[in-house]
Amino acid sequence: MAQLKVPNTISPAQWQSLVLQLASISACLIFWQIASTQKWDLGLVTFNNVPTPAAVIDAAWKLISSNALWPHLSSSLTRVFSGYLAAALVGIGLGLAIGRSNRAENVLMPPLELLRPIPAVAWIPLAILMFPSSEASMIFITFTGALFPILLNTVHGVEAVDPRLIASARSLGASPSAILREVILPGATPSIITGLSIGMGTSWFCLVTAEMISGQWGIGYYTWASYVIQNYADIVVGMLLIGLLGMGSSWLIKRFGNLLTPWYRLQGKTR
Amino acid sequence: MNLYEAPDAPAANTAASTSTASVATVSDFVTDGSDSAGSTAAGSTAAGSTAAGSTAATARFGKITAEQISIHLGQGKAAFEAVQAVDFAIAPGEFVCILGPSGCGKSTLLGALAGHITPSSGQLKLDDQTINGPSPERGMVFQHHTLFPWRSTLDNVAFGLKMRGMGKQERMAQATEMLKLVGLEDSAERWPSQLSGGMQQRVEIARVLINKPRLLLMDEPFGALDAQTRMKMQELLLSIWSRIRTTVVFVTHDIDEALFLADRILVMSPRPGRIIEDLPVNFPRPRRTELVTTAAFMQLKRHCLELLNHEEGRQLPRLSPLGLAEDAQPRLRCEIS
Repeated sequence: MAQLKVPNTISPAQWQSLVLQLASISACLIFWQIASTQKWDLGLVTFNNVPTPAAVIDAAWKLISSNALWPHLSSSLTRVFSGYLAAALVGIGLGLAIGRSNRAENVLMPPLELLRPIPAVAWIPLAILMFPSSEASMIFITFTGALFPILLNTVHGVEAVDPRLIASARSLGASPSAILREVILPGATPSIITGLSIGMGTSWFCLVTAEMISGQWGIGYYTWASYVIQNYADIVVGMLLIGLLGMGSSWLIKRFGNLLTPWYRLQGKTR
Repeated sequence: MNLYEAPDAPAANTAASTSTASVATVSDFVTDGSDSAGSTAAGSTAAGSTAAGSTAATARFGKITAEQISIHLGQGKAAFEAVQAVDFAIAPGEFVCILGPSGCGKSTLLGALAGHITPSSGQLKLDDQTINGPSPERGMVFQHHTLFPWRSTLDNVAFGLKMRGMGKQERMAQATEMLKLVGLEDSAERWPSQLSGGMQQRVEIARVLINKPRLLLMDEPFGALDAQTRMKMQELLLSIWSRIRTTVVFVTHDIDEALFLADRILVMSPRPGRIIEDLPVNFPRPRRTELVTTAAFMQLKRHCLELLNHEEGRQLPRLSPLGLAEDAQPRLRCEIS
């Protein structure tokens, strides 16, 4: 579409928001630096044992030069994305069924509502018992993290499709399957993408929990193991890595979503 | 008569050039049921002649018969009779307006004709076939557009053809012709949200007409437009109808609109909806905006006002062609004009 081209130059408004974003991150770093070197004790919270940014950078550098970074990263990425993809398939599939059919809602929603509040960490023992390999049980835990946001947003999106659009499609000769494909699915897409984006976050969220089971590799395992051996700088490195990867993959999902819904971006933020 | 120069279409063609360009395809739409004389007449009308009377293009399909139609809406204790024992017949190619106050059941009746609502009793037939569920033969235009926001204007118009399994190239060509008919060929690639209210309704009409319906159902289609755009749209609709002669059932609570458009007006009473008068409107066609200020027009308008005023002041929830409107709120008084 000609009128939807993204401009190549950065406008002053975009510069301003970029500067603001960078300034915000710098402020956090500066606060961290001062609080940890001065060993602030604020009563409620103390920075006595918090490693300084310099110590963290040092630890990060050690991790990068140790050849261990890639095995850690790749095992975590594989687990998160396997669990996430499974959650996306199951969540969108079940969500469409529940959103469209009262019977499916009555059959599926009660057990799902019961399972939803169970935290990932509570699943660990059962996951170990249920799955033959520890790898599969870890993937299952990231799956449980991503499933519910995707499922609930899909249901919400399907139910929010304007019934007049469905009536119109029927009047124009659309079959039930064409209505699902041409009206329900595209109509629910913005909401599904919101669910996918939140699910990406919660999937990373469950990674440390999942990799408590792990024996050797993974960012979550690395973080957990550093805590066990009281290597505080390494904990922060692990936390930051999870934060970065989670942010990066959420960003990817958003870009992917924008590509899928070019009509939706036109609305923008209402002021 | 610059029908295509609505205020929201700066680049629209003049009526004459558009018509000449689309003669061939437009007569295609008419010929489904009509003989060669019919399509010739449609062609000459399209070429800009002034004789656009009801004899110019003939339609063989689109006969409606309704016998003792009653429709109940709501459930349990909230159930009520929206339409009560209604009888009427509409000839092929006739332009009929259903006029009545808000909540009188006129949209409900339209919903039954579309197949979205099932009458609780009575016989409702199109060309002697009982109406059973929605069909592309009975196209429906709502008050607020129902274009798919995720499809371009052109894809929206081509939707019905896609559902019929027509190949991409052919349906795009036909949809482009249809957009020309409503003067929007320049907006083919835009999203529906980028169009003005009047343009959206024109796309909606094109999307319905591309299916060559026997019956065009319109539920206050211009009700949400500003007064000037509404008049342009009424003229445009009559111009299209003079070329693509299909039966039109047009629901409105606006007396001026009904008198300006219709061959015949069915006036409905407030709930339960009954037809209280079957009023022929014999103003010559083509009709222009000036018509609404003539003495004959005023006289008929006064007559309609008296009919509608008579049960004024009752509070009724809004109804829609899909049953009860979701934002059903009782109006303080029945709206007329």
